[in-house]
Amino acid sequence: MDLSSINPVLLIASIMLSATPILLAAIGEMVVEKSGVLNLGVEGMMITGAVVGFAIAVNTGSPGLGFVAAAMASAVLSLSFGILTQVLLANQVATGLGLTLVGLGLSALIGTPYVGLKSPSVPKVEIPLLSDIPVLGPMLFSHDLMVYFSLFLVAAVWAVLKFTRIGLILRAVGESHDAAHALGYKVVRVRMAAIFFGGACAGLGGAYLGLARVLQWTEGMTAGAGWIALAIVVFASWRPWRVLIGAYLFGGVSVLQLNLQAADVAVPVALLSMSPYLITILVLIIISARGAHGAPASLGRIFHASG
Amino acid sequence: MLRRTLLTSAALAVGLAVSGAGAETVKAGFIYVGPVGDGGWTYEHDQGRLAVEEAFGDNVETVYQENVPEGADAVRAITQMALQGADIIFTTSFGYMDPTVQVASKFPNVAFEHATGYKRADNVSTYSARFYEGRAIQGHIAGKMTKTNKIGYIASFPIPEVVRGINSAYLHAKAVNPDVEFSIIWAYTWFDPAKEADAARALIENGADVILQHTDSTAPQAAAQEAGGVITFGQASDMGDYAPMPRVSSIIDNWGPYYVQQVGRVIDGTWESVDTWDGISTGMVGIGEISDAVPADLKAEALGMKDAIAAGDYHPFTGPIYRQDGSLWLAEGETASDGDLLGMSFYVQGLTGDVPN
Repeated sequence: MDLSSINPVLLIASIMLSATPILLAAIGEMVVEKSGVLNLGVEGMMITGAVVGFAIAVNTGSPGLGFVAAAMASAVLSLSFGILTQVLLANQVATGLGLTLVGLGLSALIGTPYVGLKSPSVPKVEIPLLSDIPVLGPMLFSHDLMVYFSLFLVAAVWAVLKFTRIGLILRAVGESHDAAHALGYKVVRVRMAAIFFGGACAGLGGAYLGLARVLQWTEGMTAGAGWIALAIVVFASWRPWRVLIGAYLFGGVSVLQLNLQAADVAVPVALLSMSPYLITILVLIIISARGAHGAPASLGRIFHASG
Repeated sequence: MLRRTLLTSAALAVGLAVSGAGAETVKAGFIYVGPVGDGGWTYEHDQGRLAVEEAFGDNVETVYQENVPEGADAVRAITQMALQGADIIFTTSFGYMDPTVQVASKFPNVAFEHATGYKRADNVSTYSARFYEGRAIQGHIAGKMTKTNKIGYIASFPIPEVVRGINSAYLHAKAVNPDVEFSIIWAYTWFDPAKEADAARALIENGADVILQHTDSTAPQAAAQEAGGVITFGQASDMGDYAPMPRVSSIIDNWGPYYVQQVGRVIDGTWESVDTWDGISTGMVGIGEISDAVPADLKAEALGMKDAIAAGDYHPFTGPIYRQDGSLWLAEGETASDGDLLGMSFYVQGLTGDVPN
């Protein structure tokens, strides 16, 4: 056993790399679900974002443009889900699953010419002064911009949901779309906006996966990250800061167990690998036993103005 | 998966049309554990499928299904393929072993070919390649190239094939560099690029400057490239996009000739259950070009070892070899039997840690 070979600074950086994609996707999906829509297409939107982000970054040489394009592409893709479920009133579960399948297929198609190419690296941002603090500086204040953006996004989502009128309307639509409709709010429009936002976030998460974590395009690259994001929303009982905790817990445990193995620490590997899932199940049991699960009351229900 | 549905329904339509015309077309099915675009394991199996199409043209029709999870879901996928009229089905991952045998018992007239397993039946063949021969060459190069004397190994599942590869690589690295140490990460996946990249990063951060992988994607290659100063080996496929650095050589699985032979036997009506385990000598295991990052004399040594293995002059598991617990496995000059190798579940002496259960 030799724990000294694990460098905490590098470990934290790896955890950031691992947690940020699922954090981005999960915070977006949380907003979607807060509006009462269950979009199971996160995996499909993520991988679409991954391939579009990678392709644009390779072609333009700018990872920044890659992220913007990824967000737009996935947001547009999510609108197809929005139109099907909000306008044509299709079943949300089935449509969401369909969106995942479309995303996986579409990305494989778009990605073919990009197999084996190298992406431009995402620059690290050293925050002046703060990043000069020994140990803490490189640990917390010298990551790439997307890490900070994802944290900012969590804070912004929390603030908007809690303090603003827009947040109130979004939550009202998610809790009781009939009441919100009776009050004159445009339920479908609010939900479309939420779906668009969720799509953009999933796209960013996917692009981060491709440009910062895996550094290449490989078919099927997300390998279930979208489903983990969905689980984290439930784990977090639809609260932004808990989404942050969930994503970092998940990313942290998965990276930590790899590092423990690399340092020859005798850990029951299989147990550690499944611990994030075990914790999620445990939390689900606890919140259902308490009876207050925190899910928006209209989650997954179809809204029709005449109804 | 949508593509798969389109493909299989298109294949079904073609199959109906052909049988309506009374022509005899053999249908070959393939079950893949990852996507055909993984750039590694599944990619090479799909190249084998394309070789079958090339060889038999209109007399054969192939179908495949990607991303089939190992376990219960595989039973469904294999059954579906058999019901759609496949005459021969290749199931291309170790974890399909029990599902293949289970489905095969229900379809006695369909030929099944399971890769890397050990359970056979009258209509189930097994086939595998002696990847450990390639691992011996990798170990030799790795042992001589490492400067930190730390070699990282990304393992997938604790099955004999993977353990064999670790032992073979370790023995040959140790033979040329007594100070070498192996760090082994069990990823518990064949294909998860993000996790594979994380694992490579963890090994590099812990001081490894050589990464060997027994997982299917090229993600560890990209992670090593980013870190710089680290060498890797292509796994299952050449992964030549990452040459000359970090990828300095590779093990290439060449399934095409075997697939053509077995499908040909189905067409002739001479197919029967066999057990095939070929290596460098028949070309089922290929060694990808050793790049210029490797010094010329070392390259010559590696190629010499390859020739010796191909000619049958050298067996990578030649005694004396001790087990991790210190007990003797192979006496001086003794070579490992295939039976021992197929069931290998122990580390050789010098490796640290335990093989997980």
